[in-house]
Amino acid sequence: MFLINCPYCGERDQSEFVSGGEAHIARPKQPTELNDDQWAEYLFMRKNIKGIQFERWNHAHGCRKWFNVARDTSNDKIEKIYKMGEQPPKL
Amino acid sequence: MKNKYSIFSLIKNAFSNHENWQRAWRDPEPKKEYDAVIVGGGGHGLATAYYLAKKHNLTNIAVVEKGWIGGGNTGRNTTIIRSNYLWDASAGLYDHALKIWEGLSQELNYNVMFSQRGVMNLAHNLQDVRDLKRRTHANRLNGIDAVWLETNEVKKFCPIINTSQDIRYPVLGGTLQKRAGTARHDAVAWGYARGADEMGVDIIQNCEVKGIKRNGDSVEGLETTKGFIKTKKIGVVAAGHSSVIANMAGLKLPLESKPLQALVSEPVKPIIDTVVMSNSVHAYVSQSDKGELVIGAGTDSYVSYTQKGSFNIVEETLKAILELYPIFSRMKMLRQWGGIVDICPDASPIISKTSIKGLYFNCGWGTGGFKATPGSGDLFAHTIANDEPHKLNAAFNINRFVSGDLVDEHGAAAVAH
Repeated sequence: MFLINCPYCGERDQSEFVSGGEAHIARPKQPTELNDDQWAEYLFMRKNIKGIQFERWNHAHGCRKWFNVARDTSNDKIEKIYKMGEQPPKL
Repeated sequence: MKNKYSIFSLIKNAFSNHENWQRAWRDPEPKKEYDAVIVGGGGHGLATAYYLAKKHNLTNIAVVEKGWIGGGNTGRNTTIIRSNYLWDASAGLYDHALKIWEGLSQELNYNVMFSQRGVMNLAHNLQDVRDLKRRTHANRLNGIDAVWLETNEVKKFCPIINTSQDIRYPVLGGTLQKRAGTARHDAVAWGYARGADEMGVDIIQNCEVKGIKRNGDSVEGLETTKGFIKTKKIGVVAAGHSSVIANMAGLKLPLESKPLQALVSEPVKPIIDTVVMSNSVHAYVSQSDKGELVIGAGTDSYVSYTQKGSFNIVEETLKAILELYPIFSRMKMLRQWGGIVDICPDASPIISKTSIKGLYFNCGWGTGGFKATPGSGDLFAHTIANDEPHKLNAAFNINRFVSGDLVDEHGAAAVAH
């Protein structure tokens, strides 16, 4: 349980948001050229980091916009919030 | 040789104020080398060590545990045991475990308080009714006991349920597995630890794994807080921390670790003598032998290793509990806690070899691993000893995420366990 500072609405309770999981997993540009291992990597394999992880979040019960969050999963502390399309910050 | 636990040993020790009980397991320092090392001293890990020693004669083995045995999800779950899963592969796996549960106290000479009080799953909408009836038929075809109950039969089996058709999610019926029930979770870890220790297994507590040493495509040993341990076989049973261990070996797993919460009430006189689960409103409840209501809540939607969980998840569950059981409206909750569960995309576990020789993973049990403890240990031991899966866990290999041959239990089991 923690607060998230939505870049569009300001600080709100986490329960207003939906987690979209690991960020920066790019959709394959040529899906037909992927082999089974590459599909498995894209669809299922996750870093699942204990520590600082880059994630996507959606303000589902607010502005409904997506954004990225750098969050420490060992203590739920949010290190940085940045917009979709931006590169992950160096932390 | 360990002294046998019995009514006579209980009386005998009562005369010395229970001060002279024999140690249940030793507290050894790690040796330089073992034939196999199990990472994780929870129920599954200890069961794996027990069956490796008992059925495969591998006794020069160790279990390394970062904290104390049974202190993770083994001691944090809601102790429900059942095998009424939809798919054949899952039915085979969980019923194998249930059959071992039925004789486990005798086998271990340790009372795991296995109580076949029945597990009832409620249906609250038309789709639930269809799904649960289908599951009942599938279970019976797999030789698993399951019956469909109409609303009045649900009320008869558990009279405190509110079966009024005027509530938000009325009870439209349910399924019942009579062989299902609960067990004492700590006793399972302690019983397996005592049994494994007796056969020579070293159970090393307060020993955290810091790294896995590889030599090309095979493992050479483990870096731990108690020094380097050489071994050719490593079985990882680290639940929520499986991805962390995998990362040490340069592997990636299809897992996400999330907090799952449970809570217990103040103890009261016997009021509910079965386990009732409701997937669609997400409430499940049973009563412990101490008299506490044991209530399971849901997982948070985000990855976290904090063993806490959010308040709104508990609130949702208690809302559903209160609507189904108005009699509990004045109950006070005593304790709430979280455990970190590792969830696979298809909500089924992984009991498998990996691309690295000598490295095995038993993970992905998600929100419902406790019920499988004996079966999981037995099958994982088989996999490690023979370097090949048993036919019951062949479907639960790690390659199913590449081949697409998933065991998708989301509809049948993923919400509540």
